[in-house]
Amino acid sequence: MASSTYIADTLHRPANRSFLARLRGGDEVSYLLTLAATVTILLVVGLIVTELWMNSQPTVKAFGWHFLATSDWDPNAGKFGALPFIYGTCVTSFLALLIAVPLGVASAVFLAEMAPPKLSNILTFLIELLAAVPSVIYGLLGIFVLVPLIRAYLVPVLKGAFGYLPLFEGSFYGVSFLSAGLVLSIMVVPFIISVSREVLLAVPVEQREAALALGATKWETTWDIVLPNASNGIFGSVFLALARALGETMAVTMVIGNTPRITASLMSPGYSIAAVIANEFAEASGDLYVSSLIFLGLVLFGLTIVINAVARLFILTTTRRGGG
Amino acid sequence: MTMEISSSRKLVNAVMLSLSGLCTVLVIGVLFFILGYLLVHGASSLNWAFFTQLPKPSGETGGGMANAIVGSGKILLLAAAIGVPIGLLAGVFLAEYSSKTYAFIVRYVVDLLNGVPSIVVGIVAYALIVRPMKHFSALAGGIALGIMMIPIAVRTTEEFLRAVPNSLREGAMALGATRAKTIFTVVVPAAISGLASGMMLNLARVAGETAPLLFTALGNTFWSKGYLTPIATLPVMIYNYAIAPQEDLHQQAWAGGFVLLTLVLVINVTARMIIARGPASQRR
Repeated sequence: MASSTYIADTLHRPANRSFLARLRGGDEVSYLLTLAATVTILLVVGLIVTELWMNSQPTVKAFGWHFLATSDWDPNAGKFGALPFIYGTCVTSFLALLIAVPLGVASAVFLAEMAPPKLSNILTFLIELLAAVPSVIYGLLGIFVLVPLIRAYLVPVLKGAFGYLPLFEGSFYGVSFLSAGLVLSIMVVPFIISVSREVLLAVPVEQREAALALGATKWETTWDIVLPNASNGIFGSVFLALARALGETMAVTMVIGNTPRITASLMSPGYSIAAVIANEFAEASGDLYVSSLIFLGLVLFGLTIVINAVARLFILTTTRRGGG
Repeated sequence: MTMEISSSRKLVNAVMLSLSGLCTVLVIGVLFFILGYLLVHGASSLNWAFFTQLPKPSGETGGGMANAIVGSGKILLLAAAIGVPIGLLAGVFLAEYSSKTYAFIVRYVVDLLNGVPSIVVGIVAYALIVRPMKHFSALAGGIALGIMMIPIAVRTTEEFLRAVPNSLREGAMALGATRAKTIFTVVVPAAISGLASGMMLNLARVAGETAPLLFTALGNTFWSKGYLTPIATLPVMIYNYAIAPQEDLHQQAWAGGFVLLTLVLVINVTARMIIARGPASQRR
């Protein structure tokens, strides 16, 4: 590359170096190369969108938007409807949030407000490790550990207490909306904790001191002052977790039961968008079948993009206020 | 004027604070349960054959996942060869050259890419590579994982380069170095430990990815030559064995899970420790 004589060279005439000289020095090359990398990324994302769109056209042409509201899924008969999968994705994600949000926010409060900083850092480190566990391992534990535990302990309790509700009707075979929701809740909790903790720590310490000085207890300070201040960021963390839950594939595929069905009962096996793609894509035959699965992928893509955007917006507003 | 704190308020305070502590204990408990269970089940299912032998045909017991371990290595190599350079260079552009508006747009798109579910990336790799080539291949799997590595690669690079003090850049420029020379011989080396750990974390993240490989790399019960044939990978094999009915395969799945998790956690802990120590040593 450029030698030291070249540096001396540029010192003498830095302003009017020719394009070729700058090219030789690597300036233009490095500018163009790095610029090209960013353009590549923009192109890749553009390509993802167009590929999904183009490849789902056969289904769009055959069924139109009606596809999203149809609940028949019988590839052999050429019937394709997305509703059972959309339903399953929504039910399992909602269930996951129902468990993960209180658990996650409470843990974040503990880590940000109460634990001594050293302990808090160690625990946060451990919780972030939880987020690094691959989803196929959550699925493995789901099948062989969580499902038997749910069957042995949770289902009898739920049946005993709420058996009359349609939510808990029917017999439990292990794989179900309930199992998928529980596995998902464990998977998204680390995200809620780590983002919420950051947001709580961004609330100015003066606000806490003022409340405490007025005689509020630690809890009252947290509940009435700190949490409302951090609420936008916490909502952001919840949406971030939701986006993850919607797109999560392997763990859900392994415990949801893979049956396209819409039912109120959480005990029943179901299906999700990501799971049906994972299960049927490699074996799908026929243009319409493949394009229906790709259309489902497009739906999932759209959902996660919108929810991620909302999450970023929420988090952006809080960190800005906290920082200012 | 002192205000007595009523006992009910004290009680609420104590109860709520302990509840939040309890939640934390519960979450941490889950982590240790996962680690413990995998350690016990996985380590006991692990043997030398797991690392050296091919999977046995169905019906026979024994065998290992040697081809899947090598396969995962090959795919990750390909993924890193795609994701790291693109991410690194783009990160350099954002940190060193870019105008504010363009950087905002790129960052936004990168975040968008980060949010794309992995299975959707798999679909795109299928449509772009598997369909035109008419067969599943390691190449398609590697490209899918490579795309997934880009967002984190960009963000880590930008973050670590921004942490390099401007005085270093000014010093290099004052000595007559060109912009490019400053960036690639002064700024990047100053951030190298952070960059390397960030890329390792990134690699560990995609090492466990299963969904995008299901219909790109597919799988294989034998050794795969080159990059244009279907290839076995550790996560996909764990998945296939876990949902298979045979008890023997479940044992193999546990062993595979143990190996995969150990790998991911070791990389995570090491890289995070290097990063945590990094900025302090730079300031000195």
